[in-house]
Amino acid sequence: MIDITLAERDVPTLIRDGMTIGIGGWGSRRKPLALVRAVISSGAKNLTIVSFGGPDVGLLCASGQARRIVHGFVTLDSIPIDPHFARARQAGEVETLELDEAMLGAGLRAASRRLGFEATRAGLGSDALREGSGIRTIPCPYTGETLVAMPAIPLDLALLHADRADRRGNVQCLGEDPHLDDLFAGAAATTIVSTDLLVETEELGAAHPSTLHIPRTVVDHVVVVEDSVGFTANPPLRSRDENAQRSYAAAADHDETRRAYLAGFVAGAAGAEPR
Amino acid sequence: MSAAATRAEIAATACGDLFLGAGAILASPTGIIPSIGARLARLTHNPALLLSDGAATLYADTPPIGHPFEVREGSLPYRALFELIASGRRHVIMGAAQLDRHGNQNLSAIGPHDRPTRQLLGARAAAANTINHPTSYFVARHQPRVFVDRVDTVTGIGSDRARALGPAARFHDIRAIITDLAVLDLSGPGGTLALRTVHPGVEVAAVVEATGCALHVPAVTPETRAPDAHELTLIRERIDPDRHREREIPEP
Repeated sequence: MIDITLAERDVPTLIRDGMTIGIGGWGSRRKPLALVRAVISSGAKNLTIVSFGGPDVGLLCASGQARRIVHGFVTLDSIPIDPHFARARQAGEVETLELDEAMLGAGLRAASRRLGFEATRAGLGSDALREGSGIRTIPCPYTGETLVAMPAIPLDLALLHADRADRRGNVQCLGEDPHLDDLFAGAAATTIVSTDLLVETEELGAAHPSTLHIPRTVVDHVVVVEDSVGFTANPPLRSRDENAQRSYAAAADHDETRRAYLAGFVAGAAGAEPR
Repeated sequence: MSAAATRAEIAATACGDLFLGAGAILASPTGIIPSIGARLARLTHNPALLLSDGAATLYADTPPIGHPFEVREGSLPYRALFELIASGRRHVIMGAAQLDRHGNQNLSAIGPHDRPTRQLLGARAAAANTINHPTSYFVARHQPRVFVDRVDTVTGIGSDRARALGPAARFHDIRAIITDLAVLDLSGPGGTLALRTVHPGVEVAAVVEATGCALHVPAVTPETRAPDAHELTLIRERIDPDRHREREIPEP
């Protein structure tokens, strides 16, 4: 019997200094905060975080582990800008590669397809192509039209959340938007998926097969952990815990509150109140 | 006869007029006034318009602002939205922290990019939008710090950046900038900011004063059209009975 489940306590052993880590979900929706907690527990430094950003990015800015953020935004949805990320960026503590959302998708897709780049119109003329970004344009070989050659964004590790999974690594998303999680998985050397609910393979089939959105060819570890997404939204199973999110945001202002929040976050369930 | 249209109602109607003749494209309004406009357009001149809940679903019904959609007519998760953007079948009305006289937009950050003084929303899909399909802007408070000589970071591209790209920017199409005072566009010399209409009761001089960069003012500036009686009734009774619009643009 195939079994790729991994104990939560073993996740930190997979995280090393200098890794490029992609995190699935979008904004403050379906973020694998329990796996982010494992990254914080690992103490790994100088990380590059690639994300359609939410509190995952904010937490790793607050912990001082993120050195570089590749993103198109970092939002909490009901709070437009993640204050932990904003503080770190304004303090010059993190480098950012700020991309158009479609460019970020194109970079992950290129990596997932084992290509060096993907051609796209998105980003042309914008400051996403500013000097230092390393992103080049190319002429279309057929029409001569200028296009962005969005470089592949290969990941050492992808962290994702699934609503349900089986021991073999089949993962299910019951919500209306699977986001770009499969591209993160495809772009990564190693993919870890968290889930609250481990079920038999037969049970996954109760919903439409389109909900089984990532094939297990790209899933390396399944981690079963309570409260995997913390306070973030996980439709249709649960809405965002706005109170817990407000506590998170309020902790951004001072060094002491940030430290206290992180300590509580690491000690408790993902997204729990600081204690 | 009902009371005269408010600034909020006039701005919403102007937003709705952006979709005249657009047919079955996706309207992506950001904010309350643009959302009222898109719903007004679908209930009047453009019943084919597509609306989403802003998340992953297209809806066939047109509920009041603040009330949920109910009749699903399509699935549009983010990855499908990117495909739709690339296909051009969309008109977005975005906000802007800063806009310059060529219509370059900044949603990213104020100050130096590496160490900004203030983090904003982020690049989002502004660059993809402005290079692929019609784009308009809504500015709830027309003021000098929004309309600036030079934006700190270009997220959505303006006419000068598009011109420099040549044929690659053939789908670039900034239609209008709708504010609480006026409707602007990029019909000024060299594709620069121009006053198209002023809202009833607003002086041209007041618009010029509230614009922090050069603004082309034509010899004659017409008034922005007011909603007709049917449109006013739709806005007041059907689309926004809870008067969310007055919070976004209060009466002066």
